[in-house]
Amino acid sequence: MKESVFLRGVIVTAEKNIRIYYNKAPVIIFGLLFPLFMFFAFYMGRKIDMSVFFPGFLAMALFFTASSVGPLITPWEKQAGTYERLLSYPVSVNTIILGDVLAGALFGLIITSVVMTVAVLFLEVAFTAPILLGLAIVLGTICFASFGVLLASPSVRSPSHIMMFSSLIRFPLIFISGIFIPLTELEGMGLILAYISPLTYLVDMFNAGLTGTSAFPVAVDILALMLFTCVFLLIASKFHKRNLAKGL
Amino acid sequence: MPAIKVEGLRKKFGNVVAVDNISFDVEKGEMFGFLGPNGAGKTTTIRLLTGVLIPDAGNVTIEGVDVRKDMIRAKMMMGVIPEMGDVYVDLTAKQNLVLAGKYYGLPKSALEEKSEELLSTFGLYDRRKDPVRTFSKGMKQRISIACAIIHEPQVLFLDEPTEGLDVQSRRLIIDTIIEMNEKGSTIFLTTHNIEEANRLCERVCIINKGRIVAIDRPEILRGTFDNTQSVEISFDQSVEGDLFDAEFISKVDRFGDKLRLYTNDPDRSVKHVVALANERGLRIVSMTVCGPSLEEAFVRLTGGEQ
Repeated sequence: MKESVFLRGVIVTAEKNIRIYYNKAPVIIFGLLFPLFMFFAFYMGRKIDMSVFFPGFLAMALFFTASSVGPLITPWEKQAGTYERLLSYPVSVNTIILGDVLAGALFGLIITSVVMTVAVLFLEVAFTAPILLGLAIVLGTICFASFGVLLASPSVRSPSHIMMFSSLIRFPLIFISGIFIPLTELEGMGLILAYISPLTYLVDMFNAGLTGTSAFPVAVDILALMLFTCVFLLIASKFHKRNLAKGL
Repeated sequence: MPAIKVEGLRKKFGNVVAVDNISFDVEKGEMFGFLGPNGAGKTTTIRLLTGVLIPDAGNVTIEGVDVRKDMIRAKMMMGVIPEMGDVYVDLTAKQNLVLAGKYYGLPKSALEEKSEELLSTFGLYDRRKDPVRTFSKGMKQRISIACAIIHEPQVLFLDEPTEGLDVQSRRLIIDTIIEMNEKGSTIFLTTHNIEEANRLCERVCIINKGRIVAIDRPEILRGTFDNTQSVEISFDQSVEGDLFDAEFISKVDRFGDKLRLYTNDPDRSVKHVVALANERGLRIVSMTVCGPSLEEAFVRLTGGEQ
């Protein structure tokens, strides 16, 4: 009974988030327009081999979309005064967190699928391991949706503050994760930073799925993404609980 | 078994003790009022009782279910109207109700039926497809209450439910609370409106600085302060309060066109006022002898006179 109530809470929370937050301006700006602009800024008008850079672009699109919903929800709900109502329903903080992760992951999954479809149809991008690619998309969306929810855990009531904060964290990650400079060309401090970025392992997994080459064994990428997801969820749960009353 | 059992509840925020070792029971089917001045700890208490906050110490059980150990089961039995608990303004009235019903696991058919029934009861059926952002405060509060009772809870918590509402919305909400109580729900009502608590509640609890200072039936609390009787009088023209200075009149307050003379001897006070009115040629428009009010008891108990 407990499990079914928990699962129901997660699904209903995700459904609520999809209805309310998918079309909010910060999600559209930070989740859709930013990766698109980044694509134009770095890839358009340059003689680039798409087979080399597409895995990085796909990872960047997934990263931005999946992590754009999570940071918005809790501050928005606290500001709108709906968070206390939400807590009064038969849910726990963990139920709410997983509902937020699910909404973020689905957003990432939808947009990444659209990007993938467009790339296959119009850019003639090929992939060598579709199952691996699918697994990478699923693991990546869950991982970065969890990361997005973690970014919402500081106790602020203003969504704009948290969106600025999340940009401050998210932008540097795309420069240290093998998106613009392939991992094989990184060395020294750049390589060390790449190792501690979860995005690195997603880019690597996309490389394996799309081109058949990767810097790490696929099992390492999978384990790393799962480990980062668990860490993000645990820290998010701890901080959301600690900051629960702040801003109610 | 009481509907709500609170034992040694305590909550601190930093160095501030918001709720300090409070204990009380609320019986099944009882309408229980929870009063206190601003910052007394009312909202923190309600958040602790409803599982929104975790207490530093103490226990709360709802219908025998420990809120801390089995929070979800306890929440399934409650309906909560939080003080700051707004509804989702991006959703329509009906979507808000359906969302609440889904959290409580209502089946689809019951969800449809119950939400439409509540929208009709609260006079919002014609606006069911409109986003709540277009609603007035009173209409939003009606949606808030409908969301809290969609699953017909055994225990209903209301934190200042009628604060700042128009008369029509207030009456509708009060009627709903009474109806829920008549159907058997236990009501835990936090309010600033002492008269409302006096009229609705079988027992009231007064909290101040996180501690319970009184808990009893309103009439008994009123009777605690026998020396707070008063004579309320209105003349056909304005009169200065100090005109009525006498040893048996402790204080004179002005309320609009009325004066209230606080006394421990209403008989002498009435005679004194009538004599003065005759002497000064004042026409008495109305005169009422009032017993000690719950408001007076509240002010005394919470130290508001100091």
